[in-house]
Amino acid sequence: MNELLEILKGQHFFEGLREADLRLLAAGASLRTFRADETLFREHEEADAFYLIRSGRVALESRLPGRRAEVFMTLGHGEVLGWSWLMPPYRWHYSARALEETHTVHFDAPALHACMDRDPVLGYALYQRFAALIVQRLQAARLQAMDIYGGGDVGLGG
Amino acid sequence: MRVMAPEEMEALIRLLSDDGYEVVGPTRREGAIVYDRLQGLSDLPAGWGDEHGPGHYRLRQRDDQALFGYVVGPHSWKKYLFPPRETLVRVLRREDGGFETQPGEPAPPRRAFIGVRPCELAAIGIQDRVFLEQSVRDRAYGARREGVFLVAVNCAEPGGTCFCTSMGTGPRAGSGFDLGLTEVIGEGTHFLVIEAGSEAGEAMLARMDTREASEAERAAAEQVWLEAPKHMGRTMPGDAREVLARALEHPRWAQTAERCLSCANCTLVCPTCFCAQMEELPDLEGKSSERVRLWDSCFNGEHSYMIGGPHRSTVAARYRQWLTHKLSSWHEQFGSSGCVGCGRCITWCPVGIDITEEVAAIRATGQGKAGGQGT
Amino acid sequence: MSVSAAERQIPEPMAPVPWRILDVRREVADGEVFTWRLRPESGAAPEARPGQFNMLYLFGVGEVAISVSAMDGDGSLVHTIRAVGSVTRTMQGLRAGDVVGVRGPFGSAWPVEAAEGRDLVLAAGGIGLAPLRPVIHAVLARREAFGRVLICYGARSPRDLIFRDELAQWQARADLDVRVTVDRGTADWKGDVGVVTQLIDRGGFDGRNALAMVCGPEVMMRFSALSLHRRGVVPERTFVSMERCMRCALGFCGHCQIGPHFVCRDGPVFPYPVMEPAFRVHEL
Repeated sequence: MNELLEILKGQHFFEGLREADLRLLAAGASLRTFRADETLFREHEEADAFYLIRSGRVALESRLPGRRAEVFMTLGHGEVLGWSWLMPPYRWHYSARALEETHTVHFDAPALHACMDRDPVLGYALYQRFAALIVQRLQAARLQAMDIYGGGDVGLGG
Repeated sequence: MRVMAPEEMEALIRLLSDDGYEVVGPTRREGAIVYDRLQGLSDLPAGWGDEHGPGHYRLRQRDDQALFGYVVGPHSWKKYLFPPRETLVRVLRREDGGFETQPGEPAPPRRAFIGVRPCELAAIGIQDRVFLEQSVRDRAYGARREGVFLVAVNCAEPGGTCFCTSMGTGPRAGSGFDLGLTEVIGEGTHFLVIEAGSEAGEAMLARMDTREASEAERAAAEQVWLEAPKHMGRTMPGDAREVLARALEHPRWAQTAERCLSCANCTLVCPTCFCAQMEELPDLEGKSSERVRLWDSCFNGEHSYMIGGPHRSTVAARYRQWLTHKLSSWHEQFGSSGCVGCGRCITWCPVGIDITEEVAAIRATGQGKAGGQGT
Repeated sequence: MSVSAAERQIPEPMAPVPWRILDVRREVADGEVFTWRLRPESGAAPEARPGQFNMLYLFGVGEVAISVSAMDGDGSLVHTIRAVGSVTRTMQGLRAGDVVGVRGPFGSAWPVEAAEGRDLVLAAGGIGLAPLRPVIHAVLARREAFGRVLICYGARSPRDLIFRDELAQWQARADLDVRVTVDRGTADWKGDVGVVTQLIDRGGFDGRNALAMVCGPEVMMRFSALSLHRRGVVPERTFVSMERCMRCALGFCGHCQIGPHFVCRDGPVFPYPVMEPAFRVHEL
């Protein structure tokens, strides 16, 4: 518990949270390690957790019938994974798979959700952080969709 | 102050020719006053004046024999100092696959410019700053500019699109010329007041047939200088630089773009526009290749060429580039406005877009942004 | 009126100087990106600073602005070129021993010295790694002078990554944090997938004390600047390298203007605040 608290205190994502909030988060958290190729969660399963990646790398992917799983994003050190637990229907939209041995902090979402409902200050603080995370990922996805390296705007190379 | 008879221009042209100058100046051709070689007094457009308005230019016969009774034509001296097309470098291929370079063109002639208007004198000064007073000198421009003999003519009758008083460039030349002329025409009198503005000008003046001005002649010349500023056809707001710097997203750009043909006339007649493109012209044998510099315009799509497509794809962006550069960012680049108030861009715009009117319109509506009404 | 007495003594600034290609290196499988090591036919290459560019000339074809991608200090200069236009596509066919024309170096440099004593974040997109490579070389030559050094490099796909051998060497070093990502992975790609800004978002540097240099497509630089600023890097210590049509490289031809700035002469490297209007105002 104390070890987890210390881990959370050092994280950019949780910066600015009250000590009590961090304790509450730590109380619902556990350390989890995934081997290379091990699945953290599968698409369409119930989303009941989120993860903080302490080391290693995780691929987010989607499976299309008849094709291999398409990796559209990888996450690594210090990044938070998973927001489907925040809103209905509480199901994972994509699968997450460790690309190498990956150490994470696993957060039990239903318990946390109940705390956020009771304590709107905590709820707002976490929503702020997840909103920023979602926006960042959305912007990144749009940039990715633009295929920016295809054109001639290349940075003095041609 | 000295005066001379109009006919003495013949002597001036001859003396300059004798000194080895190629004498160029105003002459009438194809319904316009253009700059070309002058052989003598008879080449000057005696008795011709011109009317200027937005998209409007007409020569008209004057009721006197004024030599410099017009305003300005479509040409400017830029065509001599910064020609529309010139070969900067000739590249010769060697047998071993390498190459060597030679000057593109023979040494230019020394030229004498007759009839340089004060605004044009200012324009030459501006192009001097662009080509000669930056970290690298433009060799080709410098070679032509060196030793040019400038005969300025102060303006007596500014035209309908003139606004040099707004830009502080005229209608009377202060300095920067070798000889300065003022043409005075009155009841039964016609003479030129002449002053020297350099040592070369002094020397030339000493060889000409002039005499000290009388009290009446002096008064008549001063009357010309006093009257001219009162007849500007246009006015440019004094804060054009600041107004445009704040108005990069003004809706006026798109509105004007609906009229603008992006034809580049304004940049071609502008005496200060300096954009140029480089073309590579190899010969058929593949033995030599010329690096040619051609006038370009920010209104051309190729001007903002990028591999993915032109950076300024809309006419609105190109018009904004031209106007903000000319009147605003030019200050930051070269320490002055890029506009001298000659009015050519107004006169020669086929749809009559008026640079002074554009600035005034933007100024009147502040730094408004396009779109977004009531949201 | 005399402007200068010795005008004809001045060398023609638009005349290319013959340089020889010492070797050619393919950067990507189809050779669309390639690296030349060049040396003047006579004498040594003039000194260049990281971020500067040369005008490379092909007899009978034309001239293009290409940044210096390495200077080995042995009298040669290195350029990495992507074959995208008529000149660069012709260049793709050249071999070691061939002669090309060179004018330069031109333009402003990355402020490497200003990064001393600070964390340094380099964000490169696509071939934008090429103008930043001399910075990495300069940093490695005096590694102790800098704090943490982060290299964030994004490319379209694994096959588009350039400087692979060197990237692997950098990644093997404990004193460099090299992060590579691609927009689209392949079956055998084990590295990161996602845009380059995400690599910045992962942090690992002290934003308030960091200096950042960004080079790549304009939209990538804009997004990267936002990520950097979110991480506390001040705009004044964020530098970008701009791409515009450069024809003369001397501030004469007028093509490369962005507001009052000539990219060829005042840039290509600018402090972010100077270029902020270009990111904000469409088609400036």
